[in-house]
Amino acid sequence: MSPSAAEVAATVTDPEMPMLTLADLGVIRDVRQDDGGVVVTVTPTYSGCPAMDEIRADIRRALAGAGFDAVEVRTELSPAWTSDWITPEGRAKLSAAGISPPGPAARRHDGPVPLVLGAPRRSIACPQCGHPESEQIAAFSATACRELRRCPVCREPFEHVKEI
Amino acid sequence: MSFDDAYGALTDHDDDTRWAYGTGFADPLAGVPAAIPPGVDRAALAEYCLMLGDDALIMSHRLQQWVTLAPELEDEVAIANIALDLLGQARLLLTRAAEASADVAPAPAAASSAAAPAPVAASSAAGDAPVAASSAAGDASTGARGEDALAFGRGPAEFRNVQLVERADADFAHLVARLLAFATWRLAVLDRLRDTADPILAAVATKAVKELTYHREYAAHWVVRLGDGTDESHSRMQSAIDALWPLLAELDHEPSPLAPTTWRPEFNAILSQVLTAATVAEPAAAPAESSAAAPAESSAAAPAESSAADASLSTEAPDAVSAVDDAAEMSLPGATLPPTHRGGGGGGARAANFEISPLAESGRDGVHTPALAEILDEMQGLARSVPGGVW
Ligand SMILES: [Zn+2]
Repeated sequence: MSPSAAEVAATVTDPEMPMLTLADLGVIRDVRQDDGGVVVTVTPTYSGCPAMDEIRADIRRALAGAGFDAVEVRTELSPAWTSDWITPEGRAKLSAAGISPPGPAARRHDGPVPLVLGAPRRSIACPQCGHPESEQIAAFSATACRELRRCPVCREPFEHVKEI
Repeated sequence: MSFDDAYGALTDHDDDTRWAYGTGFADPLAGVPAAIPPGVDRAALAEYCLMLGDDALIMSHRLQQWVTLAPELEDEVAIANIALDLLGQARLLLTRAAEASADVAPAPAAASSAAAPAPVAASSAAGDAPVAASSAAGDASTGARGEDALAFGRGPAEFRNVQLVERADADFAHLVARLLAFATWRLAVLDRLRDTADPILAAVATKAVKELTYHREYAAHWVVRLGDGTDESHSRMQSAIDALWPLLAELDHEPSPLAPTTWRPEFNAILSQVLTAATVAEPAAAPAESSAAAPAESSAAAPAESSAADASLSTEAPDAVSAVDDAAEMSLPGATLPPTHRGGGGGGARAANFEISPLAESGRDGVHTPALAEILDEMQGLARSVPGGVW
């Protein structure tokens, strides 16, 4: 039996973190298939994500390759993507690739978004040696969704997917 | 695609409009329903999206200019990422502006101001040339053509960004001071737009708030690091805050009926929090008599330097939020603005003894410093020389 459109779309990898599929990342919100064709709904990770065009094209290409010709990729901006949508499998793949997966995103409370200066952030374990603590080197890294950290024990730098 | 082979990852594709190489940008709102809800004033929505989009676009460009010039490689990466976030916000907002009303799109060449570039030539509207910008307002109302026409087809007088974002930075302290103010202001404003009537603007705002939280934190940490650092870094940080202060008055001039009006207390509280931690003095209130009848020479003669004078250095630490809020009307330079700029009244209402300084004129009304034209010369250079170019 040939794979469904949803199964095909789920295999497309993220251009910037190719160890993850779009399904792992939580970017694919919906895949609907009817007589008129396939409608895939995606939600961008960041406003400026330069990979969104790429992601749309990759989804169309993968589905076309599986015999789905009438494919529409819709963008859904709301609700906004959150790192909480990365699946458990996606988190395991990140760890296996040496990238620390995100913790739970901060819950929004009433009132202004607080600015936290200098307070210790929650502990982030080293994905290389497992040491439970690490230090931040930079708040941004190769992509907006990652920060750069370093392990005090094995001294290896590593990336951490930020909570957002 | 190979994870370990970056070159292979970029080249093992078969289409020719690669985001990593070319200009094949698709409509950032592709697949998003474009309908404007009933009850939303299309013209007002377009104008406000233009203002917020221009703020992000020009600030993004100024940030990009720091890449290769920042103190550390990590900061160039951070600045580039912040610039990219803002560019993404700008693309969505300019696209929404063009969707809401074709009137915000650049007028044909004859109607552009003398300083404006020739609008890019209209080219095929075929879907296979998505970046081909058009000078025709009608064509500019959709998709990538809308954002490109707005970004690359307008002259300085048609931009609606606040002057705060177009300023050149004398040093890195000036950049982080400006970024702190910008991110704090924008976060407070967009946070209040999360439930605005237009669902696209609301969604863009909701997303942007999360991003701006990181931007504000980045800037705040640098302000504290420099302010609470060496004598030299402290002195530079203080100078940067002093230079920033007069620019903040403009933020109170928000002509859009969609603009939130309650952001000031949050803004003032955050800036006080950061400046206190940075041991940087909040520039003091202007003397009462000068705010009552501000002679133009005192507020306009040397806006970047005058506030550094000892008279404006606060002697009391800004602490309690409520105190800051109460003091804000006095201490912030907005108090020296002529009433016409707060209420949006006609020019005839201006008191005779107010001479309008350049800083008192707002970018929201299309009044800019020469810095904006310099930015546009750089940003629009390619679009002007290769109209509608795609490669
Ligand atoms: Zn380690």
